[in-house]
Amino acid sequence: MATSVRAANDGTSPPDPPAPPSPPPAAARRTGGWRSRLYRWDLKATPYAFVAPFFLCFAAFGLFPLIYTGWLSLHRVELGGEAQWRGFDNYTGLWDSDFFWNALANTFTIGVISTVPQLLMALGLAHLLNYRLRGRGFLRVAVLAPYATSIAAATLVFAQLFNSDYGLINTVLGLVGFDPVDWESSKWPAQIAISVIVIWRWTGYNALIYLAAMQAVPQELYEAASLDGASRWRQFVSVTIPSIRPTILFTVVVSTIGATQLFGEPMLYGGSLGVSGGSGNQFQTLSLLMYEKGWVTGALGQASAIAWVMLLILLLIGGVRLLVARLNRETT
Amino acid sequence: MKIKQTAGRQHHAGPLTYVLLGLAALVSLFPLYWNLVAASHTGERVVEAPAPLLPGPHLLDNLTFAWNQVDMGEALVNTTVVAGLVAASTVLFSTLAGFAFAKLPFRGRNVLLALVVATMTIPPQLSVIPLYRIITDLGWVDQLQSVVLPSLVAAFGVFFMRQYLLEALPVELVEAARVDGAHSLRVIWHVVFPVARPAMAVLGMLVFVQAWNDFFWPFIALTPDGNPTLQVALAGLGSGNHTINQAIVLTGALISTVPLLLVFALLGKHIVGGITSGAVKS
Repeated sequence: MATSVRAANDGTSPPDPPAPPSPPPAAARRTGGWRSRLYRWDLKATPYAFVAPFFLCFAAFGLFPLIYTGWLSLHRVELGGEAQWRGFDNYTGLWDSDFFWNALANTFTIGVISTVPQLLMALGLAHLLNYRLRGRGFLRVAVLAPYATSIAAATLVFAQLFNSDYGLINTVLGLVGFDPVDWESSKWPAQIAISVIVIWRWTGYNALIYLAAMQAVPQELYEAASLDGASRWRQFVSVTIPSIRPTILFTVVVSTIGATQLFGEPMLYGGSLGVSGGSGNQFQTLSLLMYEKGWVTGALGQASAIAWVMLLILLLIGGVRLLVARLNRETT
Repeated sequence: MKIKQTAGRQHHAGPLTYVLLGLAALVSLFPLYWNLVAASHTGERVVEAPAPLLPGPHLLDNLTFAWNQVDMGEALVNTTVVAGLVAASTVLFSTLAGFAFAKLPFRGRNVLLALVVATMTIPPQLSVIPLYRIITDLGWVDQLQSVVLPSLVAAFGVFFMRQYLLEALPVELVEAARVDGAHSLRVIWHVVFPVARPAMAVLGMLVFVQAWNDFFWPFIALTPDGNPTLQVALAGLGSGNHTINQAIVLTGALISTVPLLLVFALLGKHIVGGITSGAVKS
């Protein structure tokens, strides 16, 4: 590595790096004391300077707004108006609101319908991609292509495919003898359609994460298992799955966080009714309700309270994650 | 009796595996293909059953219309500017912070690193209301800086670079440079950047894709008729603000997707590697 030969140190080794075995004192050439002081100051301050941009950015655009949102959630505020203290009224208001419970339930059900099949299929897909394959570069990029597609573009395409009158999916269902499904105004079909968009965009991505974890599983484990006469399926269940458990936990957490925030898919799937999550709020998620409260109704206090409820839910998930990770460590 | 089998990953794929994988590839690619098909028909044809399955002759008309009437061109430029700035700055700041966390000893390092990881769970919903008030006060609605500034650095990027440098950068290299009297910027420029370059490239691509496709905050900070990114312009098309036919809506979707798909087709292998290396270690 091209480094300068300029010597500026006063011979005492740099104080901070974890003691390199006997630093060569050779590089000492007396240059002014200010230089060595500058040098030592450089060593001390540099790490903080390097991590500062992240923390400054987080303080300004993450922490401060988070606290401000908490403050707003205790007030009655309208867009552009003054705040009036309301205590926990916004939260008790949510407790009494059918719209809130509906949005919470929808977020949960869409979250389950989109996450569980997605991760199971990703596991299967990773298992298949782990075979010795012809054209495997193409296959990997192909299953990742949906990840490169934006929420907006994917949703607009799927909204057409799921259209009840002329959509391709109902056409195909008709060919197999099913009646056309109302994918928009019926609750469960609409939630399934939205989940399909999420599943489509993320399955390949998760499969590649699993694949990398599977390839790191020590070969000997499989050899031992096959010596014991374990079938391939048995090997998958009792060698592969336990070995990649931390990775599975990671994807479960990431997908759950994503599901809690779901916004763009239901918003755009609903077209002009998107903000309310369909004509009967049948797919209104917490994020949509928050947006509706904040930007359509103009009740920023209530919107802020919803945001904080979402944070609490995510903290709860984080707590469960830590607990599961600890149990995992104890059992292995 | 079982015959001794070789380990799981060395099995050659059987025909069933190829069928299933072919199906997976088909399901992954078909919506993208159909997007192209729909963008090449008239609006009337797209909403007629049965839906078209083969490309039609109207792609150029639709592209011209979307470009001139809906101003997808402006949205494309805006998106490129935003994603480029966000990617460049995230890579730079993440590399600096990742290097410090991986190789520089300092007081509070572990606590701060844990804090970085913890911030990843905070959803954007917690910040949009105050940020919207601020950009309204500053008159920044529909100004690109309001979507660039909050994304200048990402916790994921810091963690990603830290994981990479932890293994890739021998501490002796840094110390040798130090002994030669190199100050920190020199160390960064001559030691850290050359070693980190592959990871910086992967991170840059991942962040670029993410910024290109970002929806929630841009949708609030920008307006479809003002100065939108592609995603915001698409949201405007999709929510029926315009009386525009579905073929044009899907042409817009196509314009927003094709640039990234081209990047994926060219650099797919590296992106695949980047996604896997970033996630498994965490």
